[in-house]
Amino acid sequence: MDKSKIHPTPMLDVLEDGPWPSFISGFKRMRDEHPDNRINETINSLLGQLEHSYETRKGYWKGGTVSVFGYGGGIIPRFSEVAKAFPESKEFHTLRVQPTPGNYYTTDMLNQLANSWEKWGSGMVTFHGQTGNIMFIGTTTDNTQHFFDEINEYGWDLGGAGPCVRTAMSCVGAARCEQSCANEHAIQRHLVNTFTDDVHRPALPYKFKFKISGCPNDCQNSIERSDFSVIGTWRDEMKVDQAEVKAFIAKKGRDYVLDNVTSRCPTNCMTLNDDDTLAVDNSNCVRCMHCLNVMNKALSPGDDKGVTILIGGKRTLKIGDLMGTVVVPFMKLDTAEDYEKLVELASEIIDFFAENALEHERTGEMIERIGLVNFLEGIGVEVDPNMVSNPRQSSYVRMDGWDEEAEKWFARKAEQAAG
Amino acid sequence: MAQDMRHPIESGCPDGFQYMHPAMRRNYGQWKYHEHPRPGVLLHVANSGEKLWTVKCGTQRILDVFSLRTLTKIGDDFADGYMRFTIRSNVEYVVTDEAKVQPLIDAIEGAGFIVGGTANSVAMISHTQGWLHCDIPGTDASGVVKAMMDELIDEFKGHNMPNRVHITTSCCQINCGGQGDIAINVQHTKPPKINHDLVANVCERPSVVARCPVAAIRPAMVNGKPSLEVDEKKCICCGACFPPCPPMQINDAEDTKLAIWVGGNHSNARGKPTFQKLVAAGVPNNPPRWPEATAIVKRILKEYKAGAKDWERINDWIDRIGWPRFFEVTGLPFTKYHIDNWTGARASLNASTHIRF
Repeated sequence: MDKSKIHPTPMLDVLEDGPWPSFISGFKRMRDEHPDNRINETINSLLGQLEHSYETRKGYWKGGTVSVFGYGGGIIPRFSEVAKAFPESKEFHTLRVQPTPGNYYTTDMLNQLANSWEKWGSGMVTFHGQTGNIMFIGTTTDNTQHFFDEINEYGWDLGGAGPCVRTAMSCVGAARCEQSCANEHAIQRHLVNTFTDDVHRPALPYKFKFKISGCPNDCQNSIERSDFSVIGTWRDEMKVDQAEVKAFIAKKGRDYVLDNVTSRCPTNCMTLNDDDTLAVDNSNCVRCMHCLNVMNKALSPGDDKGVTILIGGKRTLKIGDLMGTVVVPFMKLDTAEDYEKLVELASEIIDFFAENALEHERTGEMIERIGLVNFLEGIGVEVDPNMVSNPRQSSYVRMDGWDEEAEKWFARKAEQAAG
Repeated sequence: MAQDMRHPIESGCPDGFQYMHPAMRRNYGQWKYHEHPRPGVLLHVANSGEKLWTVKCGTQRILDVFSLRTLTKIGDDFADGYMRFTIRSNVEYVVTDEAKVQPLIDAIEGAGFIVGGTANSVAMISHTQGWLHCDIPGTDASGVVKAMMDELIDEFKGHNMPNRVHITTSCCQINCGGQGDIAINVQHTKPPKINHDLVANVCERPSVVARCPVAAIRPAMVNGKPSLEVDEKKCICCGACFPPCPPMQINDAEDTKLAIWVGGNHSNARGKPTFQKLVAAGVPNNPPRWPEATAIVKRILKEYKAGAKDWERINDWIDRIGWPRFFEVTGLPFTKYHIDNWTGARASLNASTHIRF
């Protein structure tokens, strides 16, 4: 590239100082050192536009409609509003590509993706965007198709963009975490791959996200950030290795355990005995994970593992932040039938959402508008006291169906007791 | 034309086991416990007794292919050819031999990346696209994060916080960055400026009217053209109308500010998950280094580090000391804007005599 064409970037240059790795230095390497002149010119142009944004404190990208043949979404189209000044990056679309659950790669595969991307795109990539996709940032409308065709042949598919089922995410999970109570891989792939049509062809009222965490530490932020949150848990007794408890106390002291473990338990279900053993009232343990986090070697989840499912989490737009609400307090996920039930529940919920949500309304907002009970009746799930923090406090409600509803409760209880 | 096009293979989410380190495959679901041998390094021990060391590495998040290949080369030379990314865009390498840990760390640091981000550190800031790629951003994301991580790097590399600190940034009030112990988010302060000449051609007006959270937008004829008008007394300056209607420009060089929120915590540990709460606003959106925002974040971190007990996240710490003391120790002003008036706000009011003196 002709050096005289380089856009000066005095403000961006400041971001090359300091000890943290600089994305600006990365851009400049692509501008100055990449063998492909197309990339040099694209990145030079992009840096020019970004510098212009820094100077004027405004963004200059607008959306549009770009997809690949056969799909309706998965691309974030970007057309420059200042293309006259920065023409080489006038089209700078992002491809969203679904990673594996837990974001695992071989270096060979990453190199292969890098080769394809520098052939067809800008050579700039993010692992991963906030929805969980690999973000291949910056290519033209034509090359979007070529790049997708190439990587689709070796196992990669587009994620969601727009009002559709979105790319799902899982924590590191059972592959490298002793707290995991679930097979995050199987859950994510059973769920999101059942709805590939809904991922690729946006036709829902608004976005619908699955996120999976292996335990209630919820490293995947699923309660706050997904419409359908699956979190591993257990329902038998937590495991206590009393020898390790003693070893922990020998190392950290009794006071540390009193101050940082037993007294921090939200339900006061733990007692430190005089003989340095730990007693747990498991019937009052809410599986918050705190004590397991602190005494990681001594305390572990039980063996009767399963998942809790919460529905309706989302961020501010439009009615304010919502956490997911418990809809399934516990569900086993061991057999093929268990997974079928999980997928059926997701199908019921997505169908109900598709039919009943308003345009641009998330699942949680729909539940807020119609009430949890109407939602539960719509998807065929019975009420459960685990779904609420406390029962109703307002008396302004019509309850002439009380006897019938109480009867249902006793009937369900009898059914459960009969096994 | 269409029959010449290649049909996609709708393979969806790929199987991760093919890309997983063999020690992870061998011990899938069979891990026993983990330890923190040093900041940036995790040691996981399986029921079988097998040990796996993880080295976590901070990057610039937006990677050029040269940087990506530097990272994969490190993976080839020192970590058996496998790597993964955390949800905060750190790279993690794993090795089964303790002797390989230090050479791996040396290679990462030698290449200019940063080892850290484990346990009670300040983790890598999770962020969004900003001016680089978003169509509605009020600020940049990568720049804010680079500038802040330069200042917080020692906290990333150490285990000196009472518990982990997750910081997030967002370039508009949609808040793609998500909840954080500390969140630095764009906060608009003026209603949108409408280009009435463009509205009719660019915007689907009923959808824009429906998008407004406070019903402040209505259809109107302006200069003889169908357009939209905003009741500026009702407008909360959220910017929700801007994405579906770009002629309703919400971003402004001066009036687009930053706000700082604290106490978002996604974990169920101890208490239930919490949303972040407003602590500071009116912070200048000041590229290229946003020093005012960084100064407030550092001030909050300093007090949290000094005042919180072990294992308290920022929300736990403030729950214990109370909000009045939080504002006292951080020196941040408490204003009328801190008192919520949104749906459900009553639950945030103090209906008791629980007052600390």
